[in-house]
Amino acid sequence: MTGTTSTSLWEELVTSALLGTDRRTPPAEATTPGKDAPAALLDAAALQTVRRRAGLLPAPAAALPEPAPHDARPQLPAPARRRLAQLLADRSAPSAGGRRGTAPDLTELLPQWLAAANEREYQAPASVLPALLDAARARTDLRPQALTFAGPRGLWLARLNPEWKFALRGASGGATLPDAGDAEAVQSLWEEGLFAERVALLAAVRVHDAGKALALLAATWSTERAEDRLMFLDSLRTGLSDADEAFLEKALSDRSRNVRATAAELLSALPHSALAGRMAARAASCVSLDRSGDGADAAIAVEAPHECDAGMQRDGVVPSPPSGRGERSWWLGQLVEAAPLATWPGRLGGRTADELVALPVADDWGDELHAAWCRAAVRQRDAEWSRALLGAPGTPPETGPGTTSLAERAKLLATLPAGERADWVAEFIAAHGLSEAFQLLGVCGVPWSEPLGRSVVDALDIARDAGSYPWSFSGVMGLAERCLAPEEASRLEILTATPDEPEGASPGAGGYWSEAFQRLVSTLRLRATMTAELRGPTG
Amino acid sequence: MNQQGVRWTSEQVLALAPDDTSRKAGNKLGAAGPWSDAGSSDSGAVWGLCKGSGSKPYQTVVDTTGPAYKCSCPSRKFPCKHALGLLLLWAAEEEVVRGSTTPDWAEEWLEGRRKRATDKNQSDAGTGQTAKTADPEAARRRAERRAGRITAGATELEQRLADLLRGGLAAAEQSGYGLWEETAARMVDAQAPGLAGRVRELGAIPGSGPGWPVRLLEECALIHLLDAAWLGIERLPEPLAATVRTRVGLTSPAEGPPVRDHWLILAQYDSSDGKITTRRIWLYGRDSGRTALLLSFGAAGRSPQQALPVGLMIDAELTPYAGAGQLRADLGEQFGAPVAIASPPPGGRTGAALDAYGRALRDDPWLDSWPVTLSGAIPVPTSPGWQLADADGETALPIAPAALGRSGLLKLVALSGGGPVTVFGECGHQGFSPLAAWSEDGSETVPLI
Repeated sequence: MTGTTSTSLWEELVTSALLGTDRRTPPAEATTPGKDAPAALLDAAALQTVRRRAGLLPAPAAALPEPAPHDARPQLPAPARRRLAQLLADRSAPSAGGRRGTAPDLTELLPQWLAAANEREYQAPASVLPALLDAARARTDLRPQALTFAGPRGLWLARLNPEWKFALRGASGGATLPDAGDAEAVQSLWEEGLFAERVALLAAVRVHDAGKALALLAATWSTERAEDRLMFLDSLRTGLSDADEAFLEKALSDRSRNVRATAAELLSALPHSALAGRMAARAASCVSLDRSGDGADAAIAVEAPHECDAGMQRDGVVPSPPSGRGERSWWLGQLVEAAPLATWPGRLGGRTADELVALPVADDWGDELHAAWCRAAVRQRDAEWSRALLGAPGTPPETGPGTTSLAERAKLLATLPAGERADWVAEFIAAHGLSEAFQLLGVCGVPWSEPLGRSVVDALDIARDAGSYPWSFSGVMGLAERCLAPEEASRLEILTATPDEPEGASPGAGGYWSEAFQRLVSTLRLRATMTAELRGPTG
Repeated sequence: MNQQGVRWTSEQVLALAPDDTSRKAGNKLGAAGPWSDAGSSDSGAVWGLCKGSGSKPYQTVVDTTGPAYKCSCPSRKFPCKHALGLLLLWAAEEEVVRGSTTPDWAEEWLEGRRKRATDKNQSDAGTGQTAKTADPEAARRRAERRAGRITAGATELEQRLADLLRGGLAAAEQSGYGLWEETAARMVDAQAPGLAGRVRELGAIPGSGPGWPVRLLEECALIHLLDAAWLGIERLPEPLAATVRTRVGLTSPAEGPPVRDHWLILAQYDSSDGKITTRRIWLYGRDSGRTALLLSFGAAGRSPQQALPVGLMIDAELTPYAGAGQLRADLGEQFGAPVAIASPPPGGRTGAALDAYGRALRDDPWLDSWPVTLSGAIPVPTSPGWQLADADGETALPIAPAALGRSGLLKLVALSGGGPVTVFGECGHQGFSPLAAWSEDGSETVPLI
């Protein structure tokens, strides 16, 4: 930068200044006859400072970074780009007012926006990537969509900031995986990759070619650590088929109990597997038709197992019950849950699922048996049995056939086709109102079908007329903002008027409802606009 | 759309918010819900009625050429959340702001603004000079008294610096802030805010990490240089004397001949010394190639009123301040609505940027940095920190420490993706502080601060 003489002069000046001119005489170049030493030193230092600054030269560059991989996805249309910036600007914590006021809650719209943008396979604008990664860091629910949208450049960027490490781990790091068809690259990553990469790789290959994934896993199985085996085994859930049986059967004698249990669970979901057959035989021996009465009032008789033998344990039955549960009912539940549902019509007099569920069960075993059937229906994704166990949506839950638990009903619903699911929930709401519907709504497809949306809006309208406050329904309101089809906005408009306060109503409730409906309408409108913006000018 | 000029982006609108609370509140209002009777005109006016908690909706109108705002809400913030919400709707081209008949209440205000602008022009043109000072003789005496006080202050400061150097800078580490605060207060008494500010900053240097003695000596030397320049100001050439007066803290009004140009709005950012918020807006004249700085001030916690949306270009007159190498100017009349920046200002290599800073030091040795544009720059991670390297990977500028913690740096990195970008920023002895960037295609201005 500057010559050696001036560099050393500068250093001398600094030393003198540091120690003080009283203790250390400044260098000869920095003394002026007739001037105090400090003033002369400052003169020289000022000259040196400006000289050094004016003479600055660029430094040699460090190694340039590897450029970010190319992203071939198309650019966002300009209005969608503006919308994204607006949504990301609002991502900070909700304001103190909470869910009040008539304006839509933009934070709630971001997940939808991302999902819609990903559906259309748009590329994220480079300049929003930091805000996007920050948003994903703060909200785990956003991560999969945000990282897909961020794409290869997002991952490239995440490597440069420790705060975005989360983007690099887990299955969402998909962009770094080799193409599932590239056998050589797959093999080398499987053998040398980090655990998270290998889990992601296995999942990706499994989607692409279930058999190849199994072969990959089988080749290294015996050398994997127990926790890793569990995670790898779990990835077989995707595309599970009879072809996996032999491997899973072997895993039943694994050293790790968790691995054994998972293998048994997977096998029981394969109705033709040997394990399913063994469980069917065990379960069938416990449940029979009680013919003691007339043919007309047949009932189911249950004789729970008396022991949990080694064979049962090998097939995944857990011998010791959680506290508060009897051993024998605990074993029975596991056997019935793991037995193929197809076992029962043959075993119980050729009846259909509907008829079987309706049969009385002797000695109070009914709840136990029905609960186990519910779990089996969910595990085996059996729509017919789910339908039977759910019963008619209008039946009061406490007298319904299968289960009174809303969480379990939601799981049963999830096995039904989307349209049927929505219709069932719509009828349920029409019959029982909104207070219990929240969990069931959660498993319905988005946007809600017209009958479902109408039934939710009607129920809200009824709740308003009943004079309660809208925040008693804030959960459903929030869901409606996210899930109601935008076309419903015009029908909702009428509800935004503030009604006259009826006798006995909660004070001011009408105004709050009007506000809540206004927010719902404006959110729906905004969602419609968002979708239109993403569609772009060409449609 | 027969809109003249361009709509702003949401980011540009939100950058106008006086504080974070307004930004959030405005964002919430940037949806069609509460708005009615909204519209915009070709001349850049936007208006609308916003339903609030009361029965009567607020009347909000914005003249985007100013920008200037009026709203019937009781908020004393400018722009208020309603104005921000309205601008967001307008920016997003929402259906609701597509009306085009200006309602009377909005027209009245817009008309008033136009009339005032015309009156001002006429009075400027007519009388030539407005009655600036009632009594030039009294003003001269006041100025002399103040100059005398500053001279006394500068002399005292010289004495204190000499004492410091005699005893050694090492002692400064122990004496801490107190010494400097007291000295700064003396300079405030001496009516030399420029000196006071520099002295106050000295107090922070001993705690600023390795190499502090070098920085402390540099700053002491530069203060000494300024003292000496003030004390011998009558021997300096006039442009340099004007610079010295400005540095000491004597502001003179902007009175250079106005420069009309198409000004690119490159950056806007605030800094605060705890008492006053200073807003800097960097402009680049497309036709003249001049860079200009608009400075405005706000009391603690309040944003200065002047705000321009980064990424747009205005056809306007600027009035420069006196002083050698002085970039500061005042914004004068604007002609028409802003349009989007078509392409970034021309830039050069890292070496040229340092040359420009070096040359600028000849006119103003107290300059910490100089506005420059780098073209074909690549952000490079180093340990620790970042560099901006030339595209050929040979030479680089370090990113200034103050810019390392800013979110804009990662925005710049994201925009680059490891490839060359155009970057505007301040380049000085601390390194380069990036303020705005453009990707290779140069289409979008990305603010970095």
